[in-house]
Amino acid sequence: MDLGINVFEMVIYLVGFIAFAAANAAYLVWVERKGAAHIQRRTGPKEVGPYGLLQPLADGAKLMSKQFIIPAGVDRPLFILAPILTMVPAIMIFVTIPFSETILARDFNIGLLMILAFASVNVLALLMGGWASRNKYAVISAARVVSQNIAYEIPMLIIVITIVLISGSMNLTEIVAGQAGGILHWNLLPTNGNFLGPITFIIFFICSLAETNRAPFDLGEAESELIAGFHTEYSSMGFGLFFMGEYANIVIAAALTTILFLGGWYSPLPESIPYAGASSVVWFLVKMYLLIWLVVLIRWTYPRVTLWSLLNLSWKILIPFSLFNLLASAGLVKLLG
Amino acid sequence: MAGYFTNILGGAKSLVVGLSITQRQFFKKPITLQYPWESLEMTPRYRGHIQLIKNAESGTHQCISCGMCEKSCPSDCITIKGEKQEGVKGKVLVKYELDFTKCSLCGQCIANCKPGAIEFSREYNLASTRKEDFHYDLLKRLKEQK
Repeated sequence: MDLGINVFEMVIYLVGFIAFAAANAAYLVWVERKGAAHIQRRTGPKEVGPYGLLQPLADGAKLMSKQFIIPAGVDRPLFILAPILTMVPAIMIFVTIPFSETILARDFNIGLLMILAFASVNVLALLMGGWASRNKYAVISAARVVSQNIAYEIPMLIIVITIVLISGSMNLTEIVAGQAGGILHWNLLPTNGNFLGPITFIIFFICSLAETNRAPFDLGEAESELIAGFHTEYSSMGFGLFFMGEYANIVIAAALTTILFLGGWYSPLPESIPYAGASSVVWFLVKMYLLIWLVVLIRWTYPRVTLWSLLNLSWKILIPFSLFNLLASAGLVKLLG
Repeated sequence: MAGYFTNILGGAKSLVVGLSITQRQFFKKPITLQYPWESLEMTPRYRGHIQLIKNAESGTHQCISCGMCEKSCPSDCITIKGEKQEGVKGKVLVKYELDFTKCSLCGQCIANCKPGAIEFSREYNLASTRKEDFHYDLLKRLKEQK
């Protein structure tokens, strides 16, 4: 075993993932602001650099140069640990995400399980941040986030089990490989043999919105009620890390949706077409960013739901539907397979 | 039970309609005005501080230094001075000062001006930390006008 090269590879991957997560977080904020502005017929950031493209750098410099204030009476270790704990699992998750057949850090047999396990650590971090802040809004927000994430983890896991049933593997590379052979073989489409594909996709997408605390399920940071929710007391890079973690989670959710439903790096076009027909990381990123754009569009379209309707949606609609979906898919797999 | 599914389907449809509306708005042109770089023409009936009207033919004002504006001003904002000059019929205006800090824009000066030599300007970008900046020399202003 050549340890030297492995350590070198590890460092390269780590730096790459941190850079990818940070760049995405920074520029998704820009996309979000520009998108929101144009949807509302404004222009958005435009002063710093052409089209405001340097705005994220200016924001980052501002955040880094500010003081990290630790208010009196907070639970100090938890308060400091919470923002770190939102970012670290997010970076860990990137390890198993296959961006293409070759761009992949570690090919785990249970990659999907690992992603879901690390994704649920995020809830703990938000709870810790909210609890440690010694602020009533932060505590209310933390309680909401926990109840929301637990409610939506159930349908999400059931949907993931459905996908695992169909593809017969928890290895993300194999799940993508199972969707090879053109757009008609994607898990999203009913032509894959499983006519419940679209329902599965929609439930998964809704759950991923709720799991990443995105609008219209952003009850954890409902500004009008809870100031800023769990990160009310955070300043400087503490806040910055929460923010980066949020956007990194959106990227992960979009990447996972791409892998599970949209055929990962496979091109939707027939292979006979030059360039566009070739399967590569470009197609993966195109699909991922289209999904992220959909997430941004959803944020600026729908009003925030109330807490009870959020939980109702999960317990009364999504869980029964996903359970039925699981049973029906299992039956179909048994019948057709 | 039928209501349950129609509810979900109807709701899903309305969500798609909402998304398509925001996506269409996204491609439209912004309607906001980028103020320091762009600004709208002020409305014609806006009352800014008064100014002397420039006559297009003679290239100067039409004031005859009668002093009616000065007399009619309820706030004593206007100070004018006219002189007899050789070779010129009537008085020549040598000073027209306006203290805009006291002006209430009532328009009495304009209403009382027989030759119609003054009007409201459309100046609205007025800001200063010194009140002397609002003491205007309207003759100088007229000369600077193109």
